[in-house]
Amino acid sequence: MCLAVPARIIELDKDVATVDAMGNKFKAKTTLLPEAKVGHLVLVHAGFAISLVDEEEAKKTWDLFREISEFDDTPNKISG
Amino acid sequence: MQIDKIREYQATIERACRKLGRQINVMEVCGTHTVAIFRSGIKSILPKGFKLLSGPGCPVCVTDQSYIDTVLRLADRDDCIIATYGDMIRVPGEGGSLETKQARADIKVVLSSEDALELARANPEKKVVFVAVGFETTTPATAVAVREAAEQGIENFFILSGHKLVVPAMRALLAAKNNNIDAFLCPGHVSVITGYGVFGEIVEDFGRPCVVGGFEAMQIMEALAEICTQLATGKPQLKSMYPAVVTEKGNTAALKIVSECFEPADGYWRGLGKIDKSTLKLKDKYSRFDAAKHFGIAETPGREQAGCRCGEVLCGLIEPPQCGLFAETCTPDDPVGACMVSSEGACAAWYKYGRKVQREQ
Ligand code: SF4
Repeated sequence: MCLAVPARIIELDKDVATVDAMGNKFKAKTTLLPEAKVGHLVLVHAGFAISLVDEEEAKKTWDLFREISEFDDTPNKISG
Repeated sequence: MQIDKIREYQATIERACRKLGRQINVMEVCGTHTVAIFRSGIKSILPKGFKLLSGPGCPVCVTDQSYIDTVLRLADRDDCIIATYGDMIRVPGEGGSLETKQARADIKVVLSSEDALELARANPEKKVVFVAVGFETTTPATAVAVREAAEQGIENFFILSGHKLVVPAMRALLAAKNNNIDAFLCPGHVSVITGYGVFGEIVEDFGRPCVVGGFEAMQIMEALAEICTQLATGKPQLKSMYPAVVTEKGNTAALKIVSECFEPADGYWRGLGKIDKSTLKLKDKYSRFDAAKHFGIAETPGREQAGCRCGEVLCGLIEPPQCGLFAETCTPDDPVGACMVSSEGACAAWYKYGRKVQREQ
């Protein structure tokens, strides 16, 4: 449950973002990361963006999740 | 090139083992690290004299049995809906688990505190109890929901706070006489929120290296090599090797909302007992959302399931295969203890990935 997934913000309405992680789209709130903007890569944990993350780091984490193979249900786990 | 790097890290670790002339034990305190370490096979390329211990880093595992039993009792009430993260539902306790009670009780798996709040909005005639577990990474999400409930006057939303702080647990482990921990591989995601600065006191007060690491195999090896360099030179330091997402001060917006809603309180951990100021409870201002207060629940230490040695596993005193129930009566499909339930638990990770490594050794 401590999983944190990098995802890109593709839409933002106040503090409700739609994000994309490896083609999986889901909702995440940006209440804890007021500086988040459309186009940013963010780390999403339990439905909230908790930090910005750079391209290279996001790629590493996605690779790891692909490997862990649990990734398939990860976005659902976090987004609802 | 990667191979060269790995060899270099391996050599650094080996040199430190030789220099110290004894076994080196490094503890990770993060469930994602535990899984990443097992998954990557790092253990098989580490020298014999170097051991990685899985500490109290999996939120489900460290949750005291009394908390689990309280949730199970609340689930029996007709007026309650239990909203929980998915990994909690299989933890066994008094009279079964949330999963086994699902047919009779109103138990909803949620992916976020916001979903729990939404349940409260949608079911005004019921009391929605959010099973609020997790470390610093997860607490801000709960705080946001509590604040929202207050702002919107939602009166049927309650949280049972099982939120925990990592540093007090690390201190408690080191304060124990029989501890065998030389250094910590500090949790990356906790540090995103707290900032790596919070681990400074462990270095200062206990002289143990604290290095924050990422989750990819190379990042973990790099952090372990850094720890070994520090141990070999006798100069313990605080260092973050995860600069892409971790800063010294952390996420100030998240820290602010947490401190607005919560204050540290003494509380129980599985295996570690009661630790001073190691758990978070709602401040008076928000106490009407406190399920413990509302339902009059007193905190008492829980009993471990018979035969389960989760406590010793969490303290790094034994490895899961040393538990007599491991892979015999206790398996991920039919877990006896919490450490076998969560995929981040040390017992579950050993079961899934570790048995092969063990056979090879
Ligand atoms: S193997 Fe099962 S019974 Fe043994 S310590 Fe781990 S969770 Fe507990």
